[in-house]
Amino acid sequence: MVIVQVITGGLLLGAVYALFSSGLTLIWGMMNVVNFAHGDFVMIGMYVAFLIYTYLNGGPIEFVLASAVVLFVLGVWSYTGLVRHVMSGTLLSQMLATFGLALVLRYATFWIFSSNFRSLPEDLIGGTLNLGGILISMPKLVAGVVAIALTLGLHGLLTRTAIGSQLLAVSEDRNAAMLMGIRPDRMQALAWGLAGAGTGIAGALIATFYYISPSVGETLALVAFVVVALGGFGSVPGALIAGLLIGVIQELSAYLLGPVYKDVVVYALFVAVLWIRPQGLFGKF
Amino acid sequence: MTDRLRVTNLEVRYGDLVGVADVSFEVAEGSVVALLGSNGAGKTTTLNAIAGLVKPSRGTIEWRGEDIGRLPAYAIVPKGLALSPEGWRLFVGQTVEQNLRLGTATVRDKARVPALLDRVYTTFPRLAERRKQRAGTLSGGERQMLAMGRALMSEPRLLLLDEPSLGLAPAIVDTLYETLERLHQDGLTLLLAEQSVSLALEVADHAYVLQTGRTVLDGPAEALQHDAQVQEIYLGTKTKPVMEH
Repeated sequence: MVIVQVITGGLLLGAVYALFSSGLTLIWGMMNVVNFAHGDFVMIGMYVAFLIYTYLNGGPIEFVLASAVVLFVLGVWSYTGLVRHVMSGTLLSQMLATFGLALVLRYATFWIFSSNFRSLPEDLIGGTLNLGGILISMPKLVAGVVAIALTLGLHGLLTRTAIGSQLLAVSEDRNAAMLMGIRPDRMQALAWGLAGAGTGIAGALIATFYYISPSVGETLALVAFVVVALGGFGSVPGALIAGLLIGVIQELSAYLLGPVYKDVVVYALFVAVLWIRPQGLFGKF
Repeated sequence: MTDRLRVTNLEVRYGDLVGVADVSFEVAEGSVVALLGSNGAGKTTTLNAIAGLVKPSRGTIEWRGEDIGRLPAYAIVPKGLALSPEGWRLFVGQTVEQNLRLGTATVRDKARVPALLDRVYTTFPRLAERRKQRAGTLSGGERQMLAMGRALMSEPRLLLLDEPSLGLAPAIVDTLYETLERLHQDGLTLLLAEQSVSLALEVADHAYVLQTGRTVLDGPAEALQHDAQVQEIYLGTKTKPVMEH
């Protein structure tokens, strides 16, 4: 019974990983840019939730929405204000630009909020659900379900709407998309906005059951990179499956081997997969 | 002249390479004009420059009296020009219908989209059969139809076609050219780049011959069709006058 509970917990956590990783994979797939600030976007999302709760007395619905909006704007701004200008530069300048953005976000947060750990009250989304002996914490259940719904929603947006089709067109063939009258820079800004909103929502959800600190983005970014590489660069369904997988593996190894080893197992498996299948589990190329 | 496309002394450089050195020609609205020449003569570069994919380093491109030579590709489409590019450049991960709908990105009145789709499906019934299939699963002929159909979705006044016959079976090429003639009768202006001289001269009113990036000769299609010497010198078709179908 305990093992089922551990796996369920892993799936819910993994769904949140999938949500914030799908933005990273979208941006990578569209423009071959690695956003090193991705984990720090999630961190900012957590602080937005904290601020809205602490100073405006907002509940989960309010702070999740606020975080989505703030991070959408931050995402768009990161592209129009920074990334767009280094796109024509070398790979190194692109990497350093987003890495620099990560450091600015992280240390600005240190400066404003200090390095103290913060947290939202545990009973914000109350209690524990008992499903025939399987105990599921409500905050994680809500986070997991919302995250799965939104990741599937992003996939639906990309594959079933006109704007999603235009986004994918730019990612597939930028010049051909321009021949359709599509402006690639607008689509890329939108992709950064969507990726941002995803991290914002994920951050706000995570904040309901995880500590908040300026450096929390580091750990999360690493998870996102593993999810993206495992799921196949550019694939949202791949990110969903890989996210769930990572969540389950982490929780299982924490339970079976002890919490200290959970990341070691994840990264060992990650290296093994890349060794055997460099394109990731679901990558197309 | 505000009723035509006018290209004057066009030069396009790719770094140190000269893609097009000196190309001049005109396409009057309502006409069919062919750009002829062997591989590497500069036909594709010329069409890409008009469509805004590459920037001219010298010369002008005027469309209906407006200089469009410096506009990016996405700003050219709303002016009423559409390019069916070399190699088709389809969005192979998306369905036939998604590809066609992408062609309507600049159509402001979205209520017109179903009618535009209908028109392309009537023109190319094969595409209608394959509308839910990914573009990557299509045959060469179907891909050419889709590239043309997609370009038509933006309701262009002038359709630019890059090598519509390249690599296709003769029967399919015939069908495509019949379609082109029909589109022309419906009022569409056509500019086509072709290596297949005989085909191009059959549908064109006027043709320009390109050689190593320069326009070296032009004339009414009929005259070029019957000038064996011209064919031999400029087009490398060392044959008797063009075979009739």
